[in-house]
Amino acid sequence: MALTLKHLFAVIMLSGAFSLVSAMLFVVMDAVDVAFTEAAVGAGVSTVLMLATMALTVRVQKETKRPILFPLVVVCLVGVLLIYGTLDMPNFGAFDSPAQLHLGSTYLSITYKDMGIPNVVTGILASYRGYDTLGETVVVLTAGLGVILLLSGLKGRKDKE
Amino acid sequence: MDSNLNFIYGHLPYWLFIILMLSGLFIVVSRGNLIKKIVGLNIFQTSVFMFYISIGKMKGGTAPILLDKSDNNSAVIYSNPLPHVLILTAIVVGIATTALGLALIIKIREEYDSVEEDDIQKMDQKDLKKYNKKNVLETNS
Amino acid sequence: MKHHLILKVITKFMVGVIVLFGLYVQFHGDYSPGGGFQAGVIIAAAFILYGIVMGLENVQKVMPIWFAQKAAAVGVLVYALTGVFSIIVGFEFLNYHAISPEHPKHGQHYGIILVELGVGITVTFVMIAIYYGFAGRTPRLDDKEW
Repeated sequence: MALTLKHLFAVIMLSGAFSLVSAMLFVVMDAVDVAFTEAAVGAGVSTVLMLATMALTVRVQKETKRPILFPLVVVCLVGVLLIYGTLDMPNFGAFDSPAQLHLGSTYLSITYKDMGIPNVVTGILASYRGYDTLGETVVVLTAGLGVILLLSGLKGRKDKE
Repeated sequence: MDSNLNFIYGHLPYWLFIILMLSGLFIVVSRGNLIKKIVGLNIFQTSVFMFYISIGKMKGGTAPILLDKSDNNSAVIYSNPLPHVLILTAIVVGIATTALGLALIIKIREEYDSVEEDDIQKMDQKDLKKYNKKNVLETNS
Repeated sequence: MKHHLILKVITKFMVGVIVLFGLYVQFHGDYSPGGGFQAGVIIAAAFILYGIVMGLENVQKVMPIWFAQKAAAVGVLVYALTGVFSIIVGFEFLNYHAISPEHPKHGQHYGIILVELGVGITVTFVMIAIYYGFAGRTPRLDDKEW
């Protein structure tokens, strides 16, 4: 849909709906924390920001005469390679996959003993992987600073002349 | 025959996520409008998240919030919490970087008066030609 | 949005509820789904909703631009100082046992709450600052134009 639609308003609204649906999919796959974040971020804030950008730029996409064949070939090639890569993977939901055997189960068994909180995701996020989260917070701050610097009133070339 | 079917069922979710990812990639590569490119990038990103979460899913498992606090090797199966942690932070970083991209689009619009990649490239080439001509004139004189 | 009376009334009611829910998510994140990242986005969403419906000037009376921009850095500071504190007491960086050495479990719990608070502050104010950046440039639109 996002390919053929010309009105960007519809495209942005559909992308918000996509975020909401993917949040439901995360709930089905047991990732409640992730679903929570995706619903708040994807369907809420990112839609608002995209609409603000659209209001500042254009409403309708221009007709393009770009070649379609080359991107299609590239995308198909990438797809074949990725699917070839999944052939070695364990089945969806398997108990004996390498991802389940080592760290995940260890965290599940030691989190309550170490810190006495039942939400394992919070425990890993804030304590076992505290360094990671510090880094991510700094990344969020840096991206925010970038936006503030870009949009803080310095006018473009056209306005100066 | 049965094992083949089992294999296909077991891998179908991964393939679906890959197809979703490719549709995002296709939007990024084939469309010229920059806002549409960002939407495509978002789809790409979300499908990678889905793929990651699907690796941590366990059959018959539940969310990794401990139900029975007294002992932890009870009959309840929990899905792997580690992918959840990684993706949780990735989503918030993703929105911050998306906002940065949108801010860049606004600046591009102010500079070029267009958000179509084709127009922007044309203008760039025109500028380059002008610049080269000026340089040639200056070196000759 | 002069004539959207229903939207305005509902927004006035909703903003408080959303902020309250955000605080619940923030401080109950150890026991239920939630935490600093989610709470930050939810609280920011309350301010963004207020800004959209009531106008940018009104929300900036409550939350000035300079405050949002400076408070974003305070969150990272809270996080990093928690780590520095544990170094000063004599543990490793971000080892929460330092907060209460005789009860390591309690120390971990306090540490997690502090760190999540830092994350929540940063995410909230970064999102609000980003919204101000975008909305400050958007020209006033008539309803017909949408």
